[in-house]
Amino acid sequence: MYLEWKAFTRSASFGTNLAMKILIGFLMIYFSIIFIGMGVGAFYILKKMNLEPLQTVNQFLIYYFLFDLVIRLLMQAIPVLNIKPLLVLPFKKPTIVHFSLGKTALSFFNWVHAFFFLPFSIVLAIEGYDIVGIICWHLAILSMVYINNFLNIILSNIDKLFIVFIAIILALGAAQYYKVFDVTTFTTPFFQSLYNIKCLVFIPVVVLIGLYAFTFKYFKNNLYLDAGLSKKEDIATTENLSWLNQFGTLGTFLKNDIKLIKRNKRSKTTILMSVLFLFYGLIFFGNSHQPAVMHIFAGIFVSGGFLFVFGQFVPSWDSSYYQLMMTQNIPYRGYITSKWWLVVIATFISTILASFYLFYGWEVYLTIVVGAIYNIGVNSHLVLLGGAFTKTPIDLSNAGGAFGDKKAFNVNAMLLTLPKLLLPLALYGIGLYLGDKTLGLSLVAGAGFLGFILRNKVFSLIEKRYKIEKYSTISAYKQKS
Amino acid sequence: MIQVSQLSKKYNGTTVLNIDNLEIPKGQSFGLVGNNGAGKTTFFSLLLDLIQPSTGHIKSNDIQVNTNENWKSFTGSFLDESFLIGYLTPEEYFYFIGDLRHQNKADVDALLARHEEFFNGEILKNKKYLRDLSKGNQKKVGIIATLIGNPELIILDEPFANLDPTTVSRLKKIIRELAEDPNVTVLVSSHDLQHTVEVCDRIVALNKGEIVKDIQTSKETLQELELFFAV
Repeated sequence: MYLEWKAFTRSASFGTNLAMKILIGFLMIYFSIIFIGMGVGAFYILKKMNLEPLQTVNQFLIYYFLFDLVIRLLMQAIPVLNIKPLLVLPFKKPTIVHFSLGKTALSFFNWVHAFFFLPFSIVLAIEGYDIVGIICWHLAILSMVYINNFLNIILSNIDKLFIVFIAIILALGAAQYYKVFDVTTFTTPFFQSLYNIKCLVFIPVVVLIGLYAFTFKYFKNNLYLDAGLSKKEDIATTENLSWLNQFGTLGTFLKNDIKLIKRNKRSKTTILMSVLFLFYGLIFFGNSHQPAVMHIFAGIFVSGGFLFVFGQFVPSWDSSYYQLMMTQNIPYRGYITSKWWLVVIATFISTILASFYLFYGWEVYLTIVVGAIYNIGVNSHLVLLGGAFTKTPIDLSNAGGAFGDKKAFNVNAMLLTLPKLLLPLALYGIGLYLGDKTLGLSLVAGAGFLGFILRNKVFSLIEKRYKIEKYSTISAYKQKS
Repeated sequence: MIQVSQLSKKYNGTTVLNIDNLEIPKGQSFGLVGNNGAGKTTFFSLLLDLIQPSTGHIKSNDIQVNTNENWKSFTGSFLDESFLIGYLTPEEYFYFIGDLRHQNKADVDALLARHEEFFNGEILKNKKYLRDLSKGNQKKVGIIATLIGNPELIILDEPFANLDPTTVSRLKKIIRELAEDPNVTVLVSSHDLQHTVEVCDRIVALNKGEIVKDIQTSKETLQELELFFAV
């Protein structure tokens, strides 16, 4: 534990600046309060809706756990690499395994659930539910959270598994929605009986203990450099992508970027996230409670998912070989232009994929197209400019970094995101205020076109900025090694 | 080829490099030796404009490196693994560098064929990404990549480290061949006095950032250097 504490305090971002830490602190408190609020509120809201709270929660628990497992598989990293140096030190093997398994138990992914379930249980107790029953229920839920934790560890070596789980969730959800088959009729009684029949709590607890023992054994047997601790080596395939050659230097970079995205875990997560962003609009368009101004917000997010998650780390993607880039005969402009094209192409594809929003009417889709124009014209430049200030080296092989990792979390980058969203929001708002939707949309689109026309000017500006930041960027990227 | 004047680099008040004047003529093969922390890598980083000098400047082919970027077109360099792109196969990496240096695929292929012996069959067509190669094999890739596009100035930091004995002798052969070309200037740094003496016309020893020896290689050079570094 002592070593871990040091690794934390000495990580590069720890000492960076106080303001940032305070901001992160606030964010964490904010989210905690939301969760607690949800826990407390859930009871009363459900009651209001004339539903039995405990039973309703029980009904959805199965989805909750499945979803939790998917998120874990995607985000939660298993601390395997830190074990290596401990191997040769005088620790007994069981100690090492207990230590690393125990560490995962303390992970954010586990205790975040407590924020919801703890207040919920307390409210239940206050409202006169049977206290012993609640404690048993709570214990059972807790052990199930931990069962997920260890399942994740065992399953994490199989990359494509999370797709299977997503498929299961979607299938179950769809089946329930269309009343073909309702999985919750089987699971609800089980969760409910955890409350009613107290002894049943032993089932999840026993399963948890069994699972821990299994994980422990599995890890202990694999505690050799050439077994469990070895890194997986992929079989490499050489790709030519020669059709990109016609674009000259630009093509060279594009080729490289495509390989970058395809062959690294971290960047693959980016693609997945941008796909998720595509569905972001559903929250707004399907929902009449949201103010109309927020539509443009959704429009920008739907097409700009890739722009935001990939673009904000633009030079950082190349961080592990930034020195090479700086000594090669590379015009900065070519480098930036190629990233710009990548972002533009991705935005374009997202816009086409988003055509399913036509289901909500052409006005909604028009909003998305306008959002895409703004993304291409303005946001793509802003994001590249912001990149010059983003000096977080990226470990390409680590998928967890997307935002689960504290070390990669960058508030600066988030702050830079705000103007990208608020400006079109303001423009659209003005348009709505002065006229109607069409005026608002044309204002936003106009800003996009304007940005597009001024492209060359902006590129020169970005180029200058990159040059100024060159030395500090290089030294920041070096810190990793 | 290279003129250094009044160059110094300070970190938080500690001077790590201080070279008043140093000139490396075109075509020379130049060896830089010294203990850890003597300033070898710092010097190369300054030469490649990866860090900013505290005072002074370096001119490469009459181009001041920290104000003008044109030196990049005739300079090939390999300092460490951060010059490699881990997710590419060696072939892709060579072609990528080739593209940047305006070489077509055939040029790169010809160069690779010439150095097939150096690769020892462990690099090409191996279906491995660079990140999965061993340290020594990564180094081989990096060194050969510096030769793409016939640069006039070649900078190698610790090229002999991590290489197996056979590869070391093959590398020496390559460097000697390069040194014979009057248009190519080679800069090599190393801990290993003997290797450096074998391949370089001129050797400069650094100690705590200062030049302490500057000798044209002769039969006695190795002895002289060994004597100097012996405690």
